[in-house]
Amino acid sequence: MNKARSNPLNTAMMHGALIVYTLIALFPVFVILINSFKERRSIFREPLALPNSESFSTIGYETVMQQGDFFLYFQNSMIVTVASLFFVLLFGAMAAYALSEYRFKGNMLMGLYLALGIMIPIRIGTVAILEMMVATGLVNTLWALILVYTAQGLPLAVFILSEFMRQVSDDLKNAGRIDGLSEYTIFFRLVLPLVRPAMATVAVFNMIPIWNDLWFPLILAPAEETKTLTLGSQVFIGQFVTDWNAVLSALSMAILPVLVLYVIFSRQLIRGITSGAVK
Amino acid sequence: MTALSLKNVNKSFGDVHVLKDINLDVDEGEFVVFVGPSGCGKSTLLRVIAGLEDATSGEIRIGGDVVNLTPPSKRGIAMVFQSYALYPHLNVRGNMTLALKQEGQSKSVIEERVQKASRMLNLEPYLERYPSELSGGQRQRVAIGRAIVREPELFLFDEPLSNLDAALRMNTRIEIAALHKQLGASMIYVTHDQTEAMTLADKIVVLRDGRVEQFGSPMELYNNPANQFVAGFLGSPSMNFFPAGLVSEGDDRTMGVRPEDLFIAEDGLLSARVSHVEKLGGDTNVIARLNDHQITARLFGQHSVEEGEELRLSFNPQSAYHFDQQGARLY
Ligand SMILES: Nc1ncnc2c1ncn2[C@@H]1O[C@H](COP(=O)(O)OP(=O)(O)OP(=O)(O)O)[C@@H](O)[C@H]1O
Ligand SMILES: [Mg+2]
Repeated sequence: MNKARSNPLNTAMMHGALIVYTLIALFPVFVILINSFKERRSIFREPLALPNSESFSTIGYETVMQQGDFFLYFQNSMIVTVASLFFVLLFGAMAAYALSEYRFKGNMLMGLYLALGIMIPIRIGTVAILEMMVATGLVNTLWALILVYTAQGLPLAVFILSEFMRQVSDDLKNAGRIDGLSEYTIFFRLVLPLVRPAMATVAVFNMIPIWNDLWFPLILAPAEETKTLTLGSQVFIGQFVTDWNAVLSALSMAILPVLVLYVIFSRQLIRGITSGAVK
Repeated sequence: MTALSLKNVNKSFGDVHVLKDINLDVDEGEFVVFVGPSGCGKSTLLRVIAGLEDATSGEIRIGGDVVNLTPPSKRGIAMVFQSYALYPHLNVRGNMTLALKQEGQSKSVIEERVQKASRMLNLEPYLERYPSELSGGQRQRVAIGRAIVREPELFLFDEPLSNLDAALRMNTRIEIAALHKQLGASMIYVTHDQTEAMTLADKIVVLRDGRVEQFGSPMELYNNPANQFVAGFLGSPSMNFFPAGLVSEGDDRTMGVRPEDLFIAEDGLLSARVSHVEKLGGDTNVIARLNDHQITARLFGQHSVEEGEELRLSFNPQSAYHFDQQGARLY
């Protein structure tokens, strides 16, 4: 163990800083959670007070459950997020492998072209995308969203993953080739497990924007049966009156699945961040 | 019969011409070592033989068949890598059996070969362990075991010992020599290490800048180097070169004398100032400056030579080599 880490003062300061940061980061979540269990008046009178016997109310949750098909929205969001992540990771990793492993004409150009999307926001093409979806009859289907999010996530995924795949030992891949493994087996069995931390990083970076997105669900899939959670929650936010109980309750419930997915990826993520430093 | 035969093999990476007209014949059961300075194309040549890189031109035959278009797994070769390259997700047994399973060998054949190889390499206690749970030497043995179970016609080793410490390297070197005798298969071995090259090889190939400088048995190369490069490359400490003019007036050739052929003599032709002395017990290496040239004398036994001392050295004219200005051997 190095000196800086074993020094108790340094340790205390480091932990202090981390704890303060954690509190700051968790504070909004905490406020949302406690207020979701309070009645409307108390939310505005004492936003920071914990719910007590007087102010406690589950009216927000009840409204959410009654209004609209909350579980369907929930399910839609989940399907869209998970499917998009799956395709981003699968196609991103495959493209990254091709770019990093094989020498072919235009390799560099192809890499640049694929990375270009990092700088150009996909929303610029909204009108064209909508026209395309209408033409293919995909409007108001979850596929419309999945395809758009996959396209949106691919550039960064290819960029990050190809960097990591370059570091996978050539000898290992060559050993596989000599042992008669196919290129697909080498990719899925040897290379992918070694870049798992990078995949988790890509997954986390992509997950939250997809889960929170309002733009594309509103434009491409506003039908009742394809509404996502974010879009579904909008019914409570009116131009003149907003049902804060319902909004806060819906938000509280929307945090949960992201949290679960994050916990799943985070172990890998931490390994990804520290993989260069440790070892 | 020839186990491997290369005809005018060339390899370029884009504009970079790495292998230039390589011609080589390896007989069945021969142990051939590739040596050469870093970046001369040893690994590339090995990878071309393995089929991991395509030759730009030329013909590669393994066991008589042209294999230019054959994928690596069907060439009847096995390769041991410098970095071991064990599959991290498989245990030792899995690592050793993967290729056989791919070939579709029967369970009993696989079991028998793993048994045999693990006995040869003392790997029996580790068969269920994962690579991350093994020491460097054990990993190296697994890598060799993975090659052995395939029973190839030709083994390819790319600096297999360079990640091991000195003692282990010597043991493994002896093991590899024993394996070669036991298996009787042809082996090609790339190394930086003089000792490995001299002790293991039936034949040595000296490469420079993608060209074969000389091909022959270790003693042929040592006693009869084709040029100044080979002469300087083999032997440790390496051969001394100095202008022949220092010995005989008006001679513009280069003279080469091996350190062990130099001895101290009162009436020696060469007068040098000692700059450093290495006392190894059995030998004493004297490094001295001869005008602008550094020369090394390897004296047998222990000598009381001091730094800064003026020394007269001599050698038997018969043991000297002569090279022209381009480095070609004259006699
Ligand atoms: N994929 C590649 N693309 C371009 N050039 C390459 C490639 N692989 C090798 N080279 C070049 O080919 C030359 C020979 O490389 P090689 O790895 O065969 O050398 P080596 O003799 O094995 O060296 P070392 O002893 O350091 O391992 C080097 O100059 C290297 O830069
Ligand atoms: Mg090499």
